[in-house]
Amino acid sequence: MAEIVLDKVTKRYPDGALAVSDVDITIADGEFIILVGPSGCGKSTTLNMIAGLEDITEGELRIDGQRVNERAPKDRDIAMVFQSYALYPHMSVRENMAFPLRLAKVDNATVTKKVEEAAKVLDLTQHLDRKPGNLSGGQRQRVAMGRAIVRNPKAFLMDEPLSNLDAKLRVQMRTSVSKLQRRLGTTTVYVTHDQTEAMTLGDRVVVMRGGLVQQIGSPQSLYEQPKNLFVAGFIGSPSMNFLPATLENGEVNTPLGAFPLTDRVRGLVEAANAPREVIIGLRPEHFEDATLLDDTERSRGGTFTATVEVLESMGSDKYAYFTLEGDAATSAELDELAADAGSHDTGDAGSQIVTRLSAASGAAEGAEAQVWFDADKLQVFDPGDGRNLTYAD
Amino acid sequence: MSHAIEEPAAPAKKGKKALSEGKRAERKLGLMLCAPAALVMVAVTGYPVLYSLWLSLQRYDLRFPDQREFIWFENYATVLGNSYWWTAFGVTALITVVSVVIELVLGMALALIMHRTLVARGLVRTVALIPYGIVTVVAAFSWRYAWTKDTGYLAQLFASDSDLLTQRVPALAIITLAEVWKTVPFMALLLMAGLALVPDDLLKAASMDGATAWQRFTKVMLPVMKPAILVALLFRTLDAFRIFDNIFVLTNGAQQTGSVSMQTYNNLIKGLNLGIGSTMSVLIFIAVAVIAFVFIKVFGTSAPGSDNGGKR
Repeated sequence: MAEIVLDKVTKRYPDGALAVSDVDITIADGEFIILVGPSGCGKSTTLNMIAGLEDITEGELRIDGQRVNERAPKDRDIAMVFQSYALYPHMSVRENMAFPLRLAKVDNATVTKKVEEAAKVLDLTQHLDRKPGNLSGGQRQRVAMGRAIVRNPKAFLMDEPLSNLDAKLRVQMRTSVSKLQRRLGTTTVYVTHDQTEAMTLGDRVVVMRGGLVQQIGSPQSLYEQPKNLFVAGFIGSPSMNFLPATLENGEVNTPLGAFPLTDRVRGLVEAANAPREVIIGLRPEHFEDATLLDDTERSRGGTFTATVEVLESMGSDKYAYFTLEGDAATSAELDELAADAGSHDTGDAGSQIVTRLSAASGAAEGAEAQVWFDADKLQVFDPGDGRNLTYAD
Repeated sequence: MSHAIEEPAAPAKKGKKALSEGKRAERKLGLMLCAPAALVMVAVTGYPVLYSLWLSLQRYDLRFPDQREFIWFENYATVLGNSYWWTAFGVTALITVVSVVIELVLGMALALIMHRTLVARGLVRTVALIPYGIVTVVAAFSWRYAWTKDTGYLAQLFASDSDLLTQRVPALAIITLAEVWKTVPFMALLLMAGLALVPDDLLKAASMDGATAWQRFTKVMLPVMKPAILVALLFRTLDAFRIFDNIFVLTNGAQQTGSVSMQTYNNLIKGLNLGIGSTMSVLIFIAVAVIAFVFIKVFGTSAPGSDNGGKR
């Protein structure tokens, strides 16, 4: 168990490519922290630098207050779980899990005891004498976890450990990873590209983009108070709706119509010295079918009428999709997010928005619907640098 | 069933009729495509093998053709009861074991170097392969000249006052050296293919688990590439056991440095004794078959090309 501190850690490859730049993270003892971001954002490189599998170009990495930049992986007392599991194919499950202990020259009785304990925790007892090749994906994943926990390391590093599992198993394993971590109370750094995993698992989440840390915070704070357009678009599923807008005399002019800003939003925007052209963001759940609301509620926000393009009924709620006329919001961050999601060339004209309506909504595909949104939940972004103009510390 | 009564010869035919038209055409095409290769195999390997078996059972010396006679296994008794044969056998076994062991170690080192090379990869690999690309006889001659007393540069460097190729132990060492020099690249190539089978993640995981570089090599790399190592050893052992060219050029079998193949050559081609010579070649064949059998059945080497998918 240990505190891990990354102090202005930078990774530059010999060809000059900057993979990770000036990362400052203080990971508290026993904390479960998630590094999340699209592929190529430097999250795995950061993890490998903590592990010692990659050298740190600049900056300092401290574990328990000691500088470990120059220490070999084996001298850092850290265990790692790989995406490919990296199980030794020639060893039985028992020997795979015992391997770190054998290398540490632990006596046989202790090895047996610890391996059996870990196997019990992970429900692997009846598989101990099988070879990894004969196990299912979920079992292999558990063996990989077992190999990490047997030697009580100072910290666990996990590099997308659940990515190779099918969707249902992934949800199951997510819960068990979380339980296991809480039970052991070991500092854990977990890398994923899946924002759902990040939101559900971590005490804190580090969002990275292009080698830079965008924001560090609890899942809820990232969701409610994204520091910039990238975090706002990356966190949340379905993701936040972005629309181009202009600010004028305390009003915001959007493809949904013109609405007055609430006092809270106006205060923040003015304090942030907002430009005239902005991008506004609204989460799907901040919309509602206007016909279901009473007048006092309706007066707290704006309403617009549009034709429902697609309606997805999830049982508990309904997702209604609209396409609004006019240009879509554009910025470097949004382009990158779209590229990561693989949706940048779907060729839709106008801006599409997703709204989450109550299951009681009478909205129907192809018909007009009157939709309300909560104006106080509006987020305003600067299209130039992507910063959130409504961010309050 | 009335059909069967009308035609009593039907059952035999019926089995074939169960195949559809397409299947039969496919089978016919398969047989026709295999036929040329099968014929060539029969002509160039099947026939000589059987013919030498036949010859080995006869007293047949071309210098005394009149005494040709079928004598069953008398030739085998003669050869196996002869000290020259066993000396040659011992020399062959010694050269085989020593050279293969050295080749394995050096080949592994070379493979690791080639695998890890970051700059001028192609050049390094090509240079490493040069010895393998040189005709054995040519290479053997260059070794012979290098070790010839007074004129050879290696002879002058290491032993200017004695002729090493005329002494048994040094000569065997030189023969082994020539073999090793020539075939290390081949070994390295086979082992490099095996190295490519070791995933990087496995080595990373081992170093996270606390393994030193040597432990990663012995506890992870070697076991994972064991199939490739066994195949490489099998190939090289079979090859090394049939050693001929290097000995022929370097010592011509003098000072009891001859291998079993040299003995066979001396009896069959030089001595014109077809019976004894064929017996020896059959014995070499058996020895090679035993080596292959041991490798495949005892060590579990998978024959190249056979499916290994289920065993992972």
